[in-house]
Amino acid sequence: MYPDDLRYSSEHEWARLEDVGSVEVGITHYAQDTLGDVVFVELPEVGSEVGQFDKFGEIESVKAVSDLYSPVSGTVTEVNDKLEQSPELVNADPYGEGWMMKVALDDPSELESLMDSETYTGTLE
Amino acid sequence: MNNRTPLYETHVASGARMVPFGGWDMPVQYPNGIIHEVRHTRSDVGIFDVSHMARMEFSGRDAGRFLDTVLSVRASRLEHGQARYHVICNENGGIIDDAIVYDLETDRYLLIVNAGNADTVRVWLSSQMNRFCESDDVDVDRKDITEDIAMIAVQGPSAVAMVDSLTDGEASKIDRFHVGEVSIDGERILASRTGYTGEDGFEIMFDSSHSAEIWRLLVDSGATECGLGARDVLRLEAGLMLHGSDMTVENNPYEAGLRWTVRPNRPEYIAGEALRNIRDAGTPRRIAGLAMLSRGIARHGHTILAEGKEVGVVTSGTFSPMLNQAIAMGYIDIAHADTGNAVQVNVRGRMVDAEVVKLPFYRRED
Repeated sequence: MYPDDLRYSSEHEWARLEDVGSVEVGITHYAQDTLGDVVFVELPEVGSEVGQFDKFGEIESVKAVSDLYSPVSGTVTEVNDKLEQSPELVNADPYGEGWMMKVALDDPSELESLMDSETYTGTLE
Repeated sequence: MNNRTPLYETHVASGARMVPFGGWDMPVQYPNGIIHEVRHTRSDVGIFDVSHMARMEFSGRDAGRFLDTVLSVRASRLEHGQARYHVICNENGGIIDDAIVYDLETDRYLLIVNAGNADTVRVWLSSQMNRFCESDDVDVDRKDITEDIAMIAVQGPSAVAMVDSLTDGEASKIDRFHVGEVSIDGERILASRTGYTGEDGFEIMFDSSHSAEIWRLLVDSGATECGLGARDVLRLEAGLMLHGSDMTVENNPYEAGLRWTVRPNRPEYIAGEALRNIRDAGTPRRIAGLAMLSRGIARHGHTILAEGKEVGVVTSGTFSPMLNQAIAMGYIDIAHADTGNAVQVNVRGRMVDAEVVKLPFYRRED
Protein backbone atom coordinates (compact mmCIF):
# COMPACT_ATOMS: atom_id res chain seq x y z
CA MET A 1 0.00 0.00 0.00
CA TYR A 2 2.90 2.38 0.80
CA PRO A 3 6.00 1.54 -1.29
CA ASP A 4 9.40 1.84 0.40
CA ASP A 5 10.98 3.85 -2.43
CA LEU A 6 8.66 6.86 -1.92
CA ARG A 7 8.71 9.83 0.46
CA TYR A 8 5.40 10.92 2.00
CA SER A 9 3.89 14.20 3.21
CA SER A 10 1.39 14.64 6.03
CA GLU A 11 -1.04 15.91 3.37
CA HIS A 12 -0.99 12.41 1.82
CA GLU A 13 1.09 13.15 -1.25
CA TRP A 14 4.09 11.09 -2.28
CA ALA A 15 7.32 11.95 -4.11
CA ARG A 16 9.50 9.49 -6.00
CA LEU A 17 13.07 10.46 -6.85
CA GLU A 18 13.36 9.72 -10.57
CA ASP A 19 16.88 10.92 -11.18
CA VAL A 20 19.02 13.33 -9.30
CA GLY A 21 17.07 16.56 -9.07
CA SER A 22 13.66 15.40 -10.31
CA VAL A 23 10.67 13.77 -8.60
CA GLU A 24 7.34 12.34 -9.64
CA VAL A 25 4.39 13.34 -7.42
CA GLY A 26 1.02 11.78 -6.68
CA ILE A 27 -1.41 11.07 -3.85
CA THR A 28 -1.28 8.07 -1.54
CA HIS A 29 -3.49 5.03 -1.39
CA TYR A 30 -4.99 6.43 1.81
CA ALA A 31 -5.87 9.72 0.09
CA GLN A 32 -7.52 8.11 -2.95
CA ASP A 33 -9.41 5.66 -0.73
CA THR A 34 -10.70 8.44 1.50
CA LEU A 35 -11.76 10.59 -1.45
CA GLY A 36 -13.54 7.78 -3.24
CA ASP A 37 -14.18 7.83 -6.99
CA VAL A 38 -12.08 10.65 -8.47
CA VAL A 39 -13.86 12.52 -11.28
CA PHE A 40 -11.70 15.62 -11.88
CA VAL A 41 -8.04 16.42 -11.34
CA GLU A 42 -6.82 19.95 -11.92
CA LEU A 43 -3.07 20.12 -12.47
CA PRO A 44 -0.68 23.06 -12.89
CA GLU A 45 0.79 24.29 -16.17
CA VAL A 46 4.09 22.83 -17.25
CA GLY A 47 6.76 25.42 -16.43
CA SER A 48 4.98 26.81 -13.39
CA GLU A 49 6.65 27.04 -10.00
CA VAL A 50 5.39 25.14 -6.97
CA GLY A 51 6.40 25.62 -3.35
CA GLN A 52 6.82 22.90 -0.76
CA PHE A 53 3.49 22.24 0.99
CA ASP A 54 1.79 24.84 -1.24
CA LYS A 55 -1.33 24.11 -3.25
CA PHE A 56 -0.58 22.87 -6.78
CA GLY A 57 -4.03 21.70 -7.88
CA GLU A 58 -7.39 20.31 -6.94
CA ILE A 59 -8.86 16.86 -6.88
CA GLU A 60 -12.58 16.25 -6.89
CA SER A 61 -14.40 13.03 -6.17
CA VAL A 62 -18.10 12.30 -6.36
CA LYS A 63 -18.28 13.16 -2.67
CA ALA A 64 -15.93 16.09 -2.12
CA VAL A 65 -13.20 18.38 -3.38
CA SER A 66 -9.69 18.67 -1.91
CA ASP A 67 -6.62 20.75 -2.57
CA LEU A 68 -3.41 19.08 -3.68
CA TYR A 69 -0.22 20.16 -1.89
CA SER A 70 3.18 19.75 -3.42
CA PRO A 71 5.62 17.76 -1.27
CA VAL A 72 8.56 19.67 -2.81
CA SER A 73 9.50 23.04 -4.30
CA GLY A 74 10.53 23.37 -7.91
CA THR A 75 9.47 23.74 -11.53
CA VAL A 76 6.77 21.56 -13.05
CA THR A 77 8.36 19.74 -16.00
CA GLU A 78 5.52 17.40 -16.93
CA VAL A 79 1.91 16.70 -15.89
CA ASN A 80 -0.09 13.52 -16.38
CA ASP A 81 -2.45 14.52 -19.20
CA LYS A 82 -4.12 11.12 -19.06
CA LEU A 83 -5.91 12.17 -15.88
CA GLU A 84 -8.01 14.62 -17.88
CA GLN A 85 -9.79 11.79 -19.67
CA SER A 86 -9.25 9.07 -17.06
CA PRO A 87 -9.21 10.55 -13.55
CA GLU A 88 -10.10 7.11 -12.20
CA LEU A 89 -6.43 6.12 -12.73
CA VAL A 90 -5.76 7.90 -9.42
CA ASN A 91 -7.95 5.33 -7.67
CA ALA A 92 -6.82 2.35 -9.69
CA ASP A 93 -3.06 2.95 -9.59
CA PRO A 94 -2.10 5.86 -7.31
CA TYR A 95 1.67 5.17 -7.47
CA GLY A 96 1.80 4.26 -11.17
CA GLU A 97 -0.55 5.46 -13.89
CA GLY A 98 -2.24 7.81 -11.45
CA TRP A 99 0.85 10.01 -11.00
CA MET A 100 0.20 13.74 -11.25
CA MET A 101 3.26 15.79 -12.04
CA LYS A 102 7.04 15.79 -12.33
CA VAL A 103 8.99 18.51 -10.59
CA ALA A 104 12.58 19.64 -11.07
CA LEU A 105 13.73 20.14 -7.49
CA ASP A 106 14.88 23.49 -6.19
CA ASP A 107 16.39 21.87 -3.16
CA PRO A 108 16.87 18.07 -3.05
CA SER A 109 17.33 18.22 0.73
CA GLU A 110 13.58 18.93 1.04
CA LEU A 111 13.06 15.21 0.53
CA GLU A 112 14.61 14.70 3.95
CA SER A 113 11.70 16.62 5.52
CA LEU A 114 9.25 14.06 4.13
CA MET A 115 8.40 10.76 5.81
CA ASP A 116 9.50 7.28 4.88
CA SER A 117 6.92 4.55 4.35
CA GLU A 118 7.03 3.26 7.91
CA THR A 119 6.64 6.69 9.52
CA TYR A 120 3.83 7.66 7.16
CA THR A 121 1.98 4.40 7.78
CA GLY A 122 2.31 5.11 11.50
CA THR A 123 0.48 8.42 11.09
CA LEU A 124 -2.51 6.65 9.57
CA GLU A 125 -3.22 4.50 12.62
CA MET B 1 -23.95 8.09 20.07
CA ASN B 2 -25.79 7.65 16.79
CA ASN B 3 -28.56 5.13 16.17
CA ARG B 4 -27.75 1.99 14.28
CA THR B 5 -30.08 0.24 11.89
CA PRO B 6 -30.62 -3.53 12.26
CA LEU B 7 -28.25 -3.92 9.27
CA TYR B 8 -25.31 -2.10 10.88
CA GLU B 9 -23.24 -5.26 11.46
CA THR B 10 -24.03 -6.46 7.95
CA HIS B 11 -22.69 -3.23 6.44
CA VAL B 12 -19.51 -3.35 8.52
CA ALA B 13 -18.94 -6.99 7.56
CA SER B 14 -19.30 -6.00 3.88
CA GLY B 15 -16.55 -3.41 4.28
CA ALA B 16 -18.81 -0.36 4.09
CA ARG B 17 -17.50 3.02 5.18
CA MET B 18 -19.89 4.23 7.89
CA VAL B 19 -20.74 7.92 8.35
CA PRO B 20 -23.13 9.82 10.61
CA PHE B 21 -26.32 10.85 8.80
CA GLY B 22 -29.47 12.30 10.34
CA GLY B 23 -28.58 10.85 13.74
CA TRP B 24 -27.72 7.40 12.34
CA ASP B 25 -24.51 5.58 11.45
CA MET B 26 -25.05 4.72 7.79
CA PRO B 27 -22.97 3.20 4.98
CA VAL B 28 -21.80 5.90 2.56
CA GLN B 29 -20.18 3.40 0.20
CA TYR B 30 -18.95 -0.19 -0.08
CA PRO B 31 -15.46 -1.14 -1.27
CA ASN B 32 -16.24 -0.94 -5.01
CA GLY B 33 -17.17 2.72 -4.75
CA ILE B 34 -20.02 5.06 -5.58
CA ILE B 35 -19.70 4.99 -9.37
CA HIS B 36 -19.79 1.19 -9.41
CA GLU B 37 -22.88 1.24 -7.20
CA VAL B 38 -24.62 3.83 -9.39
CA ARG B 39 -23.87 1.92 -12.60
CA HIS B 40 -25.15 -1.37 -11.18
CA THR B 41 -28.37 0.25 -9.98
CA ARG B 42 -28.90 1.74 -13.45
CA SER B 43 -28.11 -1.50 -15.28
CA ASP B 44 -29.27 -4.23 -12.89
CA VAL B 45 -30.19 -4.03 -9.17
CA GLY B 46 -28.90 -2.00 -6.23
CA ILE B 47 -30.02 -2.42 -2.63
CA PHE B 48 -30.04 0.32 -0.01
CA ASP B 49 -30.62 0.19 3.73
CA VAL B 50 -33.28 2.85 4.33
CA SER B 51 -34.22 1.66 7.81
CA HIS B 52 -33.14 5.05 9.18
CA MET B 53 -36.14 6.76 7.63
CA ALA B 54 -38.82 7.42 10.23
CA ARG B 55 -42.00 5.38 9.97
CA MET B 56 -45.18 6.19 11.86
CA GLU B 57 -48.59 4.63 11.79
CA PHE B 58 -51.83 6.55 12.21
CA SER B 59 -54.93 4.60 13.10
CA GLY B 60 -58.45 5.22 14.30
CA ARG B 61 -61.74 6.37 12.86
CA ASP B 62 -60.47 9.94 12.30
CA ALA B 63 -56.89 9.15 11.22
CA GLY B 64 -57.53 9.99 7.56
CA ARG B 65 -59.39 13.16 8.45
CA PHE B 66 -56.48 14.26 10.67
CA LEU B 67 -53.86 13.60 7.98
CA ASP B 68 -55.93 15.67 5.52
CA THR B 69 -55.34 18.70 7.76
CA VAL B 70 -51.52 18.40 7.80
CA LEU B 71 -50.50 16.76 4.51
CA SER B 72 -50.53 18.52 1.12
CA VAL B 73 -52.73 15.76 -0.31
CA ARG B 74 -56.01 14.27 0.83
CA ALA B 75 -55.00 11.04 2.55
CA SER B 76 -58.60 10.05 3.25
CA ARG B 77 -59.27 9.80 -0.48
CA LEU B 78 -56.51 7.25 -1.15
CA GLU B 79 -57.51 3.73 -2.03
CA HIS B 80 -56.32 0.86 0.12
CA GLY B 81 -52.80 0.00 -0.99
CA GLN B 82 -52.16 3.39 -2.56
CA ALA B 83 -49.08 5.50 -1.76
CA ARG B 84 -48.69 9.23 -2.38
CA TYR B 85 -45.64 11.51 -2.33
CA HIS B 86 -46.38 14.89 -0.76
CA VAL B 87 -45.00 17.63 1.47
CA ILE B 88 -45.71 18.54 5.09
CA CYS B 89 -45.99 22.34 5.35
CA ASN B 90 -46.36 24.73 8.26
CA GLU B 91 -49.14 27.36 8.34
CA ASN B 92 -46.97 29.65 6.19
CA GLY B 93 -46.54 27.08 3.45
CA GLY B 94 -42.90 26.37 4.41
CA ILE B 95 -41.80 22.80 3.77
CA ILE B 96 -41.10 20.94 7.03
CA ASP B 97 -40.43 17.71 5.15
CA ASP B 98 -41.37 15.67 2.12
CA ALA B 99 -42.90 12.28 2.78
CA ILE B 100 -44.89 9.34 1.49
CA VAL B 101 -48.26 8.42 2.95
CA TYR B 102 -49.72 4.95 2.49
CA ASP B 103 -53.31 3.83 2.92
CA LEU B 104 -52.70 0.38 4.42
CA GLU B 105 -56.30 -0.55 5.22
CA THR B 106 -59.46 1.05 6.59
CA ASP B 107 -58.45 3.67 9.17
CA ARG B 108 -54.77 2.70 9.10
CA TYR B 109 -52.10 4.85 7.41
CA LEU B 110 -48.32 4.72 7.25
CA LEU B 111 -46.25 7.90 6.97
CA ILE B 112 -42.54 7.75 6.06
CA VAL B 113 -40.41 10.86 6.58
CA ASN B 114 -36.70 11.73 6.37
CA ALA B 115 -34.45 10.56 9.20
CA GLY B 116 -32.90 13.99 9.71
CA ASN B 117 -36.31 15.63 10.07
CA ALA B 118 -37.94 12.92 12.14
CA ASP B 119 -37.88 14.82 15.43
CA THR B 120 -39.11 18.08 13.89
CA VAL B 121 -41.94 16.25 12.15
CA ARG B 122 -42.88 14.36 15.33
CA VAL B 123 -43.10 17.58 17.33
CA TRP B 124 -45.07 19.32 14.58
CA LEU B 125 -47.54 16.47 14.15
CA SER B 126 -47.98 16.12 17.93
CA SER B 127 -48.93 19.78 18.28
CA GLN B 128 -51.31 19.54 15.33
CA MET B 129 -52.80 16.35 16.71
CA ASN B 130 -53.39 17.99 20.08
CA ARG B 131 -55.20 20.80 18.33
CA PHE B 132 -57.21 18.40 16.21
CA CYS B 133 -58.21 16.36 19.24
CA GLU B 134 -59.40 19.40 21.21
CA SER B 135 -62.61 19.49 19.26
CA ASP B 136 -65.31 16.85 19.83
CA ASP B 137 -64.73 13.17 20.41
CA VAL B 138 -62.03 12.25 17.90
CA ASP B 139 -60.23 8.96 17.47
CA VAL B 140 -56.65 9.15 16.13
CA ASP B 141 -53.69 7.22 17.40
CA ARG B 142 -50.05 7.57 16.36
CA LYS B 143 -47.41 4.92 16.83
CA ASP B 144 -43.75 5.19 15.89
CA ILE B 145 -42.60 1.92 14.30
CA THR B 146 -39.17 3.06 13.03
CA GLU B 147 -37.20 0.72 15.29
CA ASP B 148 -39.50 -2.31 14.92
CA ILE B 149 -39.42 -2.32 11.14
CA ALA B 150 -36.43 -2.51 8.82
CA MET B 151 -36.62 -1.16 5.28
CA ILE B 152 -34.58 -2.02 2.20
CA ALA B 153 -34.88 -0.28 -1.17
CA VAL B 154 -34.40 -2.68 -4.10
CA GLN B 155 -33.93 -0.55 -7.21
CA GLY B 156 -33.00 -0.98 -10.85
CA PRO B 157 -34.25 -2.36 -14.16
CA SER B 158 -34.11 -5.94 -12.84
CA ALA B 159 -35.39 -5.12 -9.34
CA VAL B 160 -39.02 -6.05 -9.92
CA ALA B 161 -38.06 -9.39 -11.46
CA MET B 162 -35.71 -10.10 -8.55
CA VAL B 163 -38.28 -9.35 -5.84
CA ASP B 164 -40.88 -11.18 -7.90
CA SER B 165 -38.84 -14.37 -7.98
CA LEU B 166 -38.24 -14.15 -4.21
CA THR B 167 -41.99 -13.73 -3.58
CA ASP B 168 -43.37 -16.38 -5.96
CA GLY B 169 -44.68 -13.82 -8.38
CA GLU B 170 -46.60 -11.80 -5.81
CA ALA B 171 -44.59 -8.59 -6.05
CA SER B 172 -45.12 -7.74 -9.72
CA LYS B 173 -48.87 -7.57 -9.09
CA ILE B 174 -48.25 -4.38 -7.11
CA ASP B 175 -48.54 -1.25 -9.27
CA ARG B 176 -46.31 1.85 -9.15
CA PHE B 177 -47.00 3.90 -6.01
CA HIS B 178 -48.89 1.05 -4.40
CA VAL B 179 -48.07 -1.20 -1.49
CA GLY B 180 -49.02 -4.79 -0.76
CA GLU B 181 -48.25 -7.72 1.49
CA VAL B 182 -46.06 -10.47 0.04
CA SER B 183 -44.09 -13.44 1.41
CA ILE B 184 -40.33 -13.59 1.29
CA ASP B 185 -38.40 -16.44 2.88
CA GLY B 186 -41.57 -17.49 4.73
CA GLU B 187 -42.08 -14.01 6.23
CA ARG B 188 -44.98 -11.70 5.46
CA ILE B 189 -43.56 -8.32 4.45
CA LEU B 190 -44.81 -5.05 2.97
CA ALA B 191 -43.62 -4.23 -0.54
CA SER B 192 -44.02 -0.67 -1.75
CA ARG B 193 -43.42 0.02 -5.45
CA THR B 194 -41.59 3.28 -4.76
CA GLY B 195 -38.02 4.52 -4.59
CA TYR B 196 -35.58 7.40 -4.71
CA THR B 197 -33.40 6.48 -7.67
CA GLY B 198 -35.51 7.08 -10.78
CA GLU B 199 -35.57 3.33 -11.36
CA ASP B 200 -38.43 0.88 -10.95
CA GLY B 201 -38.30 -1.27 -7.85
CA PHE B 202 -39.55 -1.73 -4.33
CA GLU B 203 -39.01 -0.51 -0.83
CA ILE B 204 -39.67 -3.53 1.34
CA MET B 205 -40.52 -3.35 5.05
CA PHE B 206 -40.45 -6.18 7.53
CA ASP B 207 -39.81 -7.11 11.14
CA SER B 208 -36.29 -5.90 11.88
CA SER B 209 -35.21 -9.33 13.22
CA HIS B 210 -35.12 -10.65 9.62
CA SER B 211 -32.90 -7.88 8.25
CA ALA B 212 -29.62 -9.73 7.81
CA GLU B 213 -31.20 -12.77 6.13
CA ILE B 214 -33.24 -10.73 3.68
CA TRP B 215 -30.24 -8.52 2.81
CA ARG B 216 -28.17 -11.67 2.22
CA LEU B 217 -30.93 -13.19 0.08
CA LEU B 218 -30.91 -10.12 -2.16
CA VAL B 219 -27.10 -10.06 -2.42
CA ASP B 220 -27.10 -13.78 -3.27
CA SER B 221 -29.69 -13.03 -5.99
CA GLY B 222 -27.17 -10.64 -7.58
CA ALA B 223 -28.04 -7.25 -6.04
CA THR B 224 -25.22 -4.73 -5.50
CA GLU B 225 -24.93 -3.22 -2.02
CA CYS B 226 -25.21 0.56 -2.24
CA GLY B 227 -24.66 3.36 0.25
CA LEU B 228 -25.82 6.92 0.77
CA GLY B 229 -23.23 8.24 -1.72
CA ALA B 230 -24.79 6.32 -4.62
CA ARG B 231 -28.28 7.12 -3.36
CA ASP B 232 -27.50 10.83 -3.54
CA VAL B 233 -26.10 10.61 -7.09
CA LEU B 234 -29.05 8.49 -8.27
CA ARG B 235 -31.70 10.78 -6.81
CA LEU B 236 -30.01 13.86 -8.23
CA GLU B 237 -29.74 12.31 -11.71
CA ALA B 238 -33.45 11.54 -11.39
CA GLY B 239 -34.16 15.18 -10.40
CA LEU B 240 -35.52 14.19 -6.99
CA MET B 241 -35.29 16.71 -4.18
CA LEU B 242 -33.45 16.21 -0.91
CA HIS B 243 -35.01 18.02 2.03
CA GLY B 244 -32.33 19.88 3.97
CA SER B 245 -30.39 20.59 0.75
CA ASP B 246 -32.80 21.43 -2.05
CA MET B 247 -35.59 22.66 0.19
CA THR B 248 -35.99 23.71 3.79
CA VAL B 249 -38.75 25.26 5.85
CA GLU B 250 -37.74 28.54 4.13
CA ASN B 251 -38.99 27.19 0.79
CA ASN B 252 -42.51 26.62 -0.47
CA PRO B 253 -43.58 23.76 -2.75
CA TYR B 254 -44.24 26.06 -5.71
CA GLU B 255 -40.68 27.35 -6.01
CA ALA B 256 -39.39 23.85 -5.19
CA GLY B 257 -41.08 22.42 -8.29
CA LEU B 258 -43.54 20.43 -6.19
CA ARG B 259 -46.78 22.11 -7.30
CA TRP B 260 -48.00 18.70 -8.42
CA THR B 261 -47.94 17.41 -4.83
CA VAL B 262 -50.13 20.19 -3.41
CA ARG B 263 -53.94 20.31 -3.10
CA PRO B 264 -54.41 23.73 -1.46
CA ASN B 265 -58.14 24.26 -2.17
CA ARG B 266 -59.31 22.34 0.87
CA PRO B 267 -60.91 24.09 3.84
CA GLU B 268 -59.51 21.57 6.33
CA TYR B 269 -55.86 22.01 5.21
CA ILE B 270 -53.91 24.18 7.66
CA ALA B 271 -51.47 25.45 4.97
CA GLY B 272 -54.18 25.89 2.35
CA GLU B 273 -54.61 29.64 2.57
CA ALA B 274 -50.88 30.40 2.68
CA LEU B 275 -50.24 28.12 -0.28
CA ARG B 276 -53.06 29.64 -2.32
CA ASN B 277 -51.58 33.07 -1.72
CA ILE B 278 -48.10 31.92 -2.77
CA ARG B 279 -49.54 30.22 -5.84
CA ASP B 280 -51.56 33.28 -6.89
CA ALA B 281 -48.69 35.73 -6.33
CA GLY B 282 -46.20 33.58 -8.24
CA THR B 283 -42.71 32.86 -6.92
CA PRO B 284 -39.72 35.07 -7.79
CA ARG B 285 -37.41 32.07 -8.12
CA ARG B 286 -37.68 28.40 -8.85
CA ILE B 287 -35.62 25.25 -8.70
CA ALA B 288 -33.89 24.33 -11.95
CA GLY B 289 -31.37 21.83 -13.24
CA LEU B 290 -27.86 22.86 -14.28
CA ALA B 291 -25.57 20.97 -16.63
CA MET B 292 -21.96 22.01 -16.07
CA LEU B 293 -20.20 22.71 -19.35
CA SER B 294 -16.61 22.41 -18.15
CA ARG B 295 -14.63 20.89 -15.32
CA GLY B 296 -15.72 21.38 -11.73
CA ILE B 297 -18.64 20.26 -9.64
CA ALA B 298 -21.07 22.88 -8.32
CA ARG B 299 -21.85 22.14 -4.67
CA HIS B 300 -24.45 23.23 -2.14
CA GLY B 301 -24.15 26.98 -1.45
CA HIS B 302 -22.22 27.96 -4.59
CA THR B 303 -23.50 31.15 -6.26
CA ILE B 304 -25.17 31.12 -9.69
CA LEU B 305 -24.48 34.17 -11.89
CA ALA B 306 -25.75 35.58 -15.17
CA GLU B 307 -23.90 38.43 -16.88
CA GLY B 308 -21.82 38.82 -13.75
CA LYS B 309 -24.86 39.31 -11.50
CA GLU B 310 -25.93 36.93 -8.76
CA VAL B 311 -29.13 35.19 -9.84
CA GLY B 312 -29.30 32.08 -7.69
CA VAL B 313 -27.73 29.49 -5.47
CA VAL B 314 -26.82 25.83 -5.93
CA THR B 315 -28.59 23.42 -3.57
CA SER B 316 -27.11 20.07 -4.73
CA GLY B 317 -24.42 19.04 -7.14
CA THR B 318 -22.51 15.95 -8.10
CA PHE B 319 -20.84 14.10 -10.94
CA SER B 320 -23.28 12.07 -13.01
CA PRO B 321 -21.75 8.77 -14.13
CA MET B 322 -24.66 8.26 -16.55
CA LEU B 323 -24.13 11.60 -18.32
CA ASN B 324 -20.37 11.65 -17.65
CA GLN B 325 -20.83 15.29 -16.64
CA ALA B 326 -21.25 17.36 -13.51
CA ILE B 327 -24.87 18.25 -12.73
CA ALA B 328 -26.54 20.44 -10.14
CA MET B 329 -29.83 21.84 -8.92
CA GLY B 330 -30.48 25.25 -7.49
CA TYR B 331 -32.86 28.14 -7.09
CA ILE B 332 -32.67 30.68 -9.92
CA ASP B 333 -34.51 34.01 -10.38
CA ILE B 334 -37.45 33.39 -12.70
CA ALA B 335 -36.00 35.74 -15.35
CA HIS B 336 -32.97 33.47 -15.72
CA ALA B 337 -34.54 30.08 -15.06
CA ASP B 338 -35.68 29.18 -18.58
CA THR B 339 -34.34 26.00 -20.08
CA GLY B 340 -31.36 26.68 -22.33
CA ASN B 341 -30.24 29.83 -20.49
CA ALA B 342 -26.51 30.29 -20.03
CA VAL B 343 -25.32 30.91 -16.48
CA GLN B 344 -22.11 30.54 -14.51
CA VAL B 345 -21.42 28.94 -11.16
CA ASN B 346 -18.79 30.29 -8.81
CA VAL B 347 -16.97 27.05 -7.94
CA ARG B 348 -14.54 28.13 -5.20
CA GLY B 349 -13.60 31.31 -7.04
CA ARG B 350 -13.55 29.82 -10.52
CA MET B 351 -16.42 30.69 -12.90
CA VAL B 352 -17.71 27.52 -14.54
CA ASP B 353 -20.15 27.80 -17.46
CA ALA B 354 -23.43 25.97 -17.06
CA GLU B 355 -26.71 25.63 -18.89
CA VAL B 356 -30.18 25.57 -17.36
CA VAL B 357 -31.71 22.21 -18.27
CA LYS B 358 -34.98 20.40 -17.68
CA LEU B 359 -35.25 18.01 -14.76
CA PRO B 360 -34.77 15.09 -14.52
CA PHE B 361 -31.25 14.74 -15.87
CA TYR B 362 -31.81 11.05 -16.36
CA ARG B 363 -35.02 9.18 -17.18
CA ARG B 364 -35.19 5.42 -17.36
CA GLU B 365 -36.43 3.74 -20.52
CA ASP B 366 -39.67 1.86 -19.95
